[in-house]
Amino acid sequence: MILEVIGMGKKFDSENYKQTVKPYQPKPNLLLNCVKAFVVGGLICVFGQGLTDFYINVFDYSQKDAANPTAATLILIASLLTGFGIYDKLGQFAGAGSAVPITGFANAITSAALEHKSEGYVLGVGSNMFKLAGSVIVYGTVSAYIVGILRYLLTQ
Amino acid sequence: MRKLGKQTWFYENKVYLNETATVAGPREAQGPLGNTFDITYDDLHCNEDNWEKAERRLLEQSIQTCIKKDNLQTDQVDLMISGDLLNQIVTSNYAAKTLAIPFFGIFGACSTSMQSLALASALVDAGFINNAVAATSSHNATAERQFRYPTEYGGQKPASSTTTITGAGAGLVSKKANKQVNIRVESATIGKVMDYQMGDPFDLGTAMAPAAYDTIKTHLGDVGRTPSDYDLILTGDLSSVGSPILKDMLKEDGINIDEVHNDCGLMVYNSDQQVFAGGSGCACSAVVTYGHIFSELLKGNLNKVLVVATGALMSPTMVQQKETIPTIAHGVVLMREELNQS
Repeated sequence: MILEVIGMGKKFDSENYKQTVKPYQPKPNLLLNCVKAFVVGGLICVFGQGLTDFYINVFDYSQKDAANPTAATLILIASLLTGFGIYDKLGQFAGAGSAVPITGFANAITSAALEHKSEGYVLGVGSNMFKLAGSVIVYGTVSAYIVGILRYLLTQ
Repeated sequence: MRKLGKQTWFYENKVYLNETATVAGPREAQGPLGNTFDITYDDLHCNEDNWEKAERRLLEQSIQTCIKKDNLQTDQVDLMISGDLLNQIVTSNYAAKTLAIPFFGIFGACSTSMQSLALASALVDAGFINNAVAATSSHNATAERQFRYPTEYGGQKPASSTTTITGAGAGLVSKKANKQVNIRVESATIGKVMDYQMGDPFDLGTAMAPAAYDTIKTHLGDVGRTPSDYDLILTGDLSSVGSPILKDMLKEDGINIDEVHNDCGLMVYNSDQQVFAGGSGCACSAVVTYGHIFSELLKGNLNKVLVVATGALMSPTMVQQKETIPTIAHGVVLMREELNQS
């Protein structure tokens, strides 16, 4: 508007387009998205805690050992929900709430595997399965290594 | 005069859009234009094993239906011009193999519908061919895989993203009119590639608005018309984000299209269908133009329409390399013509 008044040219041009169009672009509702992510992510964790307690009380796992079957169960459920076409809808609603827990990791792998099934099991499913999840593994391993070294050095 | 101004082709020998056909997927069939499509599917797989085959079926069916409606056999069609969104435009290539019509494959992203129609009309006008079929297709799941993530991946999309529509549209262009009331392809304005430095593949409406702006402004200048000379100026898939930008850009040049503008991406779905900012994809402008608009022109509810199909010409690799998104728009004028008038 000010530009028009002082006659410095048009509001829309290729140089300042990115700024000019900002008011036209829908703003994400950050607060609402945070609340949704918090609630859904929290519920997934509460469910996981329930599973842990179940494995401890019913199958006599120790607190530490119960983590493994809990993770496996969550992965199984998330993979099934991905296959039934439910997890992507949950993801659209919850955002990071369903992406950050281990269920999001399972969804990334299962969805890629499903997507590339038509290209065969070796070059399709096998080589594309970690297309999305691969970088989580790479940078997870690298950061674990760095933190491990730091811990070693600092506790010597 | 065949060439008007810098970018507009005027089809001097009259060229007619004799028949059209549209095929659409489940969500499009539930939309407000659901009853205008010739064939609809209630499942994204369209009775095929994989998404790519499903899209191919849509394209083949649209072309076959279109040819059949005009009482022709495939071997009586001189040329097929078609394109789609997949790598190496495989949907079109494989459909052309099945149909065995002499074939040009083109890529114009979502501008393909009008790009193919403009080219087909030019070749008919020039007399190289007597008729041609112009077609294009897109499929929500193949496009997701091509440009975004696996279909079942639970990533959150922003509100500015669009929904690639599942469908295909075909139009048969001929030098002979075959009805009492005919739809004439009057002229076409070939767009230039525009790049206003937008890089977000989840906001293509904003990226494509400058291309539509440039093509509409050039078209009106080339043919010496104002927006009120048209009953409708229809953009392809600018969505609810890009459409207001286009209108305001044109207003800066003193061109007001508020009264006559609509966007195919906004017409194809109901507002409660959760499609983000609207529909997109090659088939978006094709199924709306070849379905609803074609029949409105025939009925006489519309007389002269400028269809501006907009396309974003990026690839996922270019986006990851932080390149901006080049865009294009091609405009074609369709007009109603009664035989005794001419």
